[in-house]
This record gives sequence, C-alpha cells and structure tokens, in this order.
Amino acid sequence: MRNCCLRELGRMDYPSALELQRRLVADRQQGKIADHLLLVEHPHVVTLGRNGHRENLLASDEILERAGVAFHPTDRGGDITYHGPGQLVGYPILDLRDWKRDVGAYVRAIEEVLIGTLADFGIAAGRIPKLTGVWVQERKIAAIGVHISRWVTSHGFALNVSTDLSYFQYIVPCGLTKPVTSMAALGVRATMEDVGYSLAAHFNRVFDYPMPLAAPAFAGARKRELI
Amino acid sequence: MTDVVMPQMGESIVEGTLTKWLKKPGDHVERDEPLFEISTDKVDTEIPSPAAGTLAEVMVEEGKTVGINTVVARIEENGASGAAAQPPVQPPAAAAQRPVAAEQPPVGAGHARPAPAAPVEMPPPPAEESASPAEPTGPLSPLVRKLARENNIDLSRVKGTGAGGRISKQDVESYLAQQPADTVPAAPGRPPAPVPAAPPAAAPASAPLAPAHPAKTRIEPLSTMRIKIAEHMVLSKRTSPHVTTIHRVDMTAVAQMRERNKASFQANYGFSLTYLPFITRAAVVALRQFPLLNASLDGNNIVYHNEINIGIAVALENGLIVPVIRGADEKNVLGLQRAVVDLAARARSRQLKPDEVLGGTFSITNFGSFGSLVGTPIINQPQVAILGIGTVDKTPVVINDAIAIRSICHLSLSFDHRLVDGALADQFMTKIKQVLEGWTEEVQ
Repeated sequence: MRNCCLRELGRMDYPSALELQRRLVADRQQGKIADHLLLVEHPHVVTLGRNGHRENLLASDEILERAGVAFHPTDRGGDITYHGPGQLVGYPILDLRDWKRDVGAYVRAIEEVLIGTLADFGIAAGRIPKLTGVWVQERKIAAIGVHISRWVTSHGFALNVSTDLSYFQYIVPCGLTKPVTSMAALGVRATMEDVGYSLAAHFNRVFDYPMPLAAPAFAGARKRELI
Repeated sequence: MTDVVMPQMGESIVEGTLTKWLKKPGDHVERDEPLFEISTDKVDTEIPSPAAGTLAEVMVEEGKTVGINTVVARIEENGASGAAAQPPVQPPAAAAQRPVAAEQPPVGAGHARPAPAAPVEMPPPPAEESASPAEPTGPLSPLVRKLARENNIDLSRVKGTGAGGRISKQDVESYLAQQPADTVPAAPGRPPAPVPAAPPAAAPASAPLAPAHPAKTRIEPLSTMRIKIAEHMVLSKRTSPHVTTIHRVDMTAVAQMRERNKASFQANYGFSLTYLPFITRAAVVALRQFPLLNASLDGNNIVYHNEINIGIAVALENGLIVPVIRGADEKNVLGLQRAVVDLAARARSRQLKPDEVLGGTFSITNFGSFGSLVGTPIINQPQVAILGIGTVDKTPVVINDAIAIRSICHLSLSFDHRLVDGALADQFMTKIKQVLEGWTEEVQ
C-alpha cells in the first residue's frame, strides 16, 4: 500500500540534508522504504542547479562568506536559489511509478500543495504559466527544483514563511528578474510548525495517500492529530 | 544496435533538453546505468541506459531540446557484430537519396570524420551526392520550407537533428549562422551543383575564431508576437497624434463597495473583486454619453460604433494581448469581473479564440497592478482612445480645508487628437470620475 513518512528535521545544514536524501533515494529505489516527505530549515546557503548559470550569483565568494552564506552546487533542476532561516524546505522522496509516472504532473502537484497551504493562511497564490513555482501576483513565494533518478524524486520546494528576503539580493532567483515575497511580507504571521502541518495535510490530499502522513514515533501526538 | 530515445516523462511533456551526457561514445554502459540527463520544467532527470553495451553514437549534443521519442544515441550490444546487425548493402545511388547521405560531410572536405567503434556507419557516399541537390526525403515543416526559400538555402546541405534526421527550424538557423554572408548563394534557385569546398571550409574557419573574441552582444530573433506588437505600436504612433490627459480620482466609495463584496465574490464565484470592473463600468457609462470616444476614423468619415466592446490589455510573459469584452454596456460589475478573469486566464494560457481579440471599440490598460502611478498608453488602432489605470493608494488629500486619507487613483486617457479635442476628452474623464466618486450601483 502507498504510504508516506513525514520527517521533520528542524534546522539542518544543506550538505547533511543532501546526504540524507541520497540515502533515502537509494533505499526507495530498491523498494526498502516507503515514500518520504522531509521538512527542513537550512542555515543561509545559496545553491545552484545543474543547469544553472553561475552569473546569476551576483555576489562574490568573499561577500557571501562575509554575510555567512554558504555556496553549494547541486544536481537538482532549476537555476540558482537561496535557502535560509524562516524558509520551509520540503524534500519529497517519492517513487513516481506508484503515482502517475509524470514529471510535469508531479511539479504541478507540488504547486497545488503549496497553493493549498497558502490558502489556509488566507494568501491567494497561484501559478504563472511556464514559470514553475508559486506566485502571489507577480512575486515568487515558493521555488521548485527537482531531481529524478529512476522515477524517484529528490530535492523539492522552498516556501518563504518569514525568510529575510534581503538575502535574495545576492542572486537572480531561478534566473528570473521577478521579485520574491514571503508569508510574513504579506502580513501573515505563522510559525514554521503550523505551516508544516498545513503543508503535510495538503501533501497527503494532493498525492492521494490512503492514510494521513505517518509521522515517526518521536513526533508528538498533537502533530498527528493535526495532520 | 539499440536506439536510445528521449523518454516520455509525462502526458503534458512533449520535449526535453538534453543537459548532460554521463557517458562518451566508446564507453561501456550497463543496462539501467545512468546514461544522460534531461531537463524539463525545473526537473532534472537521469535517464538509464536501455541496454548494456558500447555507446556507439551520440546524435544529440548537450544543450539541445528535442521531442520525445527522438533517437538521441545508439548502443551496440556486446557480442553482436556490427556488420551482422545491419549490413550496409545500400547501392551508392540509393544512398544519395537517403537523409543519412545529407549528414555526411561532402567528399573532399579534408577532415575525414573519425569513426571509432562505429563499424555500422555507412561508408561516405561517393561523388554521386553532388549529382543533383536532392531534397532531404524526410518531411519538412512549412516553416522550414519558408525559411529555406527566403534565405536561398539548399536544404540538402542542412544537417537535420530532429526525429529521423528531420530538419528543424533550429537546424536551418544554425546552418545560416555558420555561413559567412558572402558564401550564401545570391542567385535565386538552386545552384547547379554544390561547390564542395565552400561550406565545409566555412565552418572550420569560423569556429576557432569564436573563443578569441568573447561576445559583447547576443542576438536573438523576435517572437512573432513581439514583431506584431512592434509593428502595431509604430503604426499607432504614426497614425494618431497622441495626447494624454490625467485625472485624479477619489476611489474611496468604490473601495468601500469592494470591501463589502470581496468575501462574497470569492465565496460565490471563486474570483476576487478588483477595481478594474468598476472603472470599466464607469468608462462604459461615459462612452454612452460621449460616443465620439467609441468611434474610429475612416478617411474623412467618423465611424460611430453602436456596440461598446472594451479591450483589456493583458500582460503575458513576453508580450501583451488585448482580448475584448463584447457588449460591455450590458454587464454589471460582476459580469465585467467575470469576463476579465476569464479572458485574462485564457490569454495567459494561450487559449483565446482569434475573434476574441478583434472588434474592440475602446481599450483599458491597468498598469497600476504593476505599481505604476501614471502612464501614457498608446492607442489600440483603429480605436481613438485608451484609458490607463494607475495604482490605487491611500493618500492624504484636502477636503473642505481638512486633511483626509482617501483611496486615490490616477486615470490617464490617451486620445487621437485628429478626432477628439482636449475639452471633450476632459468632459469624458470628468464623467468617469463622477461615476466612480459617487458609486452607488450594486455590484451583484
């Protein structure tokens, strides 16, 4: 039976989360584990997709270092992006052979999860055709970048909850010269936890799991109730 | 030989960009071992090899976007002898008719193609190839034919990279880009026989130059939409002497009405209530009173339009389009908002029918949604005026010698001074202002 395990990692640095994803992807490919949804918050880091353009990094290594921002090339899709405190990052490790075998539908579904989550907080977000991600009017509130290997997904999405948006000045996010925004910038105060619960519920609905996301044993009872 | 194709990654996905080869020609590859990576819509995917063997040939280079099921490489299975797999018993004359022949470098080019590990490769066809400039046998799109005609290209010299060696628009463009201007044949019609030396000489000559001079510019052809927009803007400016008048409008009454109805709009109809339908409604009322603004100029005649069809400018990713709300005078605010939402959504997903952008008698452009305070729009010909909407901001204003905070918006009207004088334009704007400032009409 399809099942998805939710793991809230709290604050974890980017390389560690990457390593965890690699392990889970390998296990998922061999059918050893169920689907996973990792929710995490990273310290300041700028990451560059495989097909990204280094020129979209506007700051020198020196400036980044002084600002305490790490730089990390990765193998996900998409261009350059920033992660940092106040941003809810999600890494779904799903076997798409069990779902739709459709990369396009997968990305649209992730967008739907994010749009539903934002609607829970009274934010009317939507899509812009051909510009993957989630937008509030012309401002990007969530970015998406995915890697797929043998139909198993990794990397995922980053939703700005209360991200300090000034860090985006170091990059041209996703190579687009459109502004970014956050839930806080739109006047919504929400904790990372609350947004995480809402997101997990929408994830469960959109990806049509028969049971609520199974939180691992150490998660509190309250969380499970809410999910 | 096993063909490796661009896989279908989903129903909606018709093409993919090959971003990286993980193996080189000649490399050994296991079945299911990652062979190359593709990128589709922010998703990078590793594609496993469909067979074990030696990567014999790579047909699509990194960075190229090709349709699904396009053959991107061939793998030679271990043990299978190349000659046995596909005996090359094509008589040379027949070979010249095959698209494959067009891919071979013309004889005498002086750079024999290194063909390691590719014993199946047909031997380069002998001189028969130049006997007649045979058209490639694969199907050609009308666009490619047109490009070839316009640029006087012998298509048999263009290497096709599409499915089955099919020639795509990009192939023609890159062929053109390789040709120094003076080697493009000037004479109309086909040259009697291709000169074997010229094109191959051109490519190697220009190639090494590129890295020596890093490009200071990048050249990209305009999209069809961009060309149309450019033509229309110049035409309009040349046709009509534009004058723009700007009025400040107190939107507080409208803002209150909007506030009262916003939630029920979202709940009952599933879309939000914006300022645009109120302003459209006010413009319709004013157009009824001043029909000269809802007219066109035809030579020395004024054409009064009995219908009020309002064009609404919709910004697209890289352009704009002006779909039309027909019979706008028969709609209330709800009907107008519904029409705006519907037209804008279909404009952005490129699902407008052709007649939905025709027949407008007056246009409105809402640059305020992008933060603009005041703009001077260009008339959408053959109309004679266009209304621009600036942002609606809470602003301190003086009312009865007291300072009050009101929702203020600047409306600008660009009009064709051949037909409309300033006095009339300002009467028209005053009417719009009156309707908006004293808004009473129910919206649903």
